[in-house]
Amino acid sequence: MNTLEVSVVTPDGPVYQGEAELVSVKAQSGELGILPGHIPLVAPLTINAVRFKNGADTHVLAVSGGFVEVRPKQVTILAESAENPSEIDVERARAAKERAEQRLNQAKQDNVDFRRAELALKRAVNRLDLAKK
Amino acid sequence: MASLRDIKSRITSTKKTKQITKAMQMVSAAKLNRAEMNAKSFVPYMEKIQDVVASIATGSSGASHPMLESRDVKKTGYVVITSDRGLAGAYNSSVLRHVYRTINERHSSKDEYAIIVVGKVGLSFFKKRDMPVVESIVGLADQPSFADIKDIASRTVKMFEDGAFDELYMYYNHYVSAIQQDLTEKKLLPLTDIETGESKSLASYEYEPSEEEILEVLLPQYAESLIYGALLDAKAAEHASRMTAMRSATDNADDLIGSLTLSYNRARQAAITQELTEIVSGAAALE
Repeated sequence: MNTLEVSVVTPDGPVYQGEAELVSVKAQSGELGILPGHIPLVAPLTINAVRFKNGADTHVLAVSGGFVEVRPKQVTILAESAENPSEIDVERARAAKERAEQRLNQAKQDNVDFRRAELALKRAVNRLDLAKK
Repeated sequence: MASLRDIKSRITSTKKTKQITKAMQMVSAAKLNRAEMNAKSFVPYMEKIQDVVASIATGSSGASHPMLESRDVKKTGYVVITSDRGLAGAYNSSVLRHVYRTINERHSSKDEYAIIVVGKVGLSFFKKRDMPVVESIVGLADQPSFADIKDIASRTVKMFEDGAFDELYMYYNHYVSAIQQDLTEKKLLPLTDIETGESKSLASYEYEPSEEEILEVLLPQYAESLIYGALLDAKAAEHASRMTAMRSATDNADDLIGSLTLSYNRARQAAITQELTEIVSGAAALE
């Protein structure tokens, strides 16, 4: 079976490196499944989970902000942050979620703070979702 | 000649100073190690993002983005990276002196430029000279994470996008080795000279959803990571520079203690000799 070489890189260093038969990401234009031999592609990602499937194993990462670069045998994800589910600090994410929710209730729509709180909420929810699994 | 007691107290105080500088040297050495590691772990990210940006920007399709085009310069932004604390040798002064001179050469009025400064030393330098500081960040950790500087980096990039400046330069000390740090000037924006990592054939990509939208996401991220990279580099240089400064301070203290001990011993001997002469001459007078 063909596999893809996957690497997830953040400014604080590489987070994950390995092989996968299928890479599933959520790009801004929608869910994207990548198999070996894919045409070279670049797509920005949403704040979401990324899945690497290799045989029976599935590896999941919480990724926020970034994009995916695909080559026929290689997939690279460049993100501002990426975490393994086991590394996620659930308490912190929960606190961040509450903070963001409060700010969303207070702030007016269409203001910079509002958008930032929205992003923060997305990141927190994404982390919590993954940590639960 | 100074009295015995004076010399002795000077020796003690020099010894105390030496202990401090020695400790600071060791702390800086440890921090340098970690800063070097951080800078190293950032390299793969930088290389990757550079590859992708280069392949899109140099691609045949001619996608354009405001950040890639030079425009008429009405206002220039300067990002200056200094440290929060002193005692780092020429680390801060070399950057600040150069920036100060450059600005005075290039601009005649304060409306023509704005400064974004990292570090307390730089901030107070520019404030004292009444220069326009638009953004500043102080109290940064010794090992800054990307999240720490993301805000200021993205605000800086945003200011360029909004037309607050038409070009952006960055000044910092580049870490070469533990004993050498080079002052570096880098043109950050517009991104006119993108280096391709290696001359390997750049893949031509499909873009999803479109090239313009990718650039929209990618270029700010690229510019932010350039700033972050410079910051990591500058941090490593700061620790290296402090380490070297503290090492030479320790060496100087050693020299000083040596020469003080010598003159202490001389003074002690002179006192003993004098006492002996007094006793002998006293005895001689009695005979």
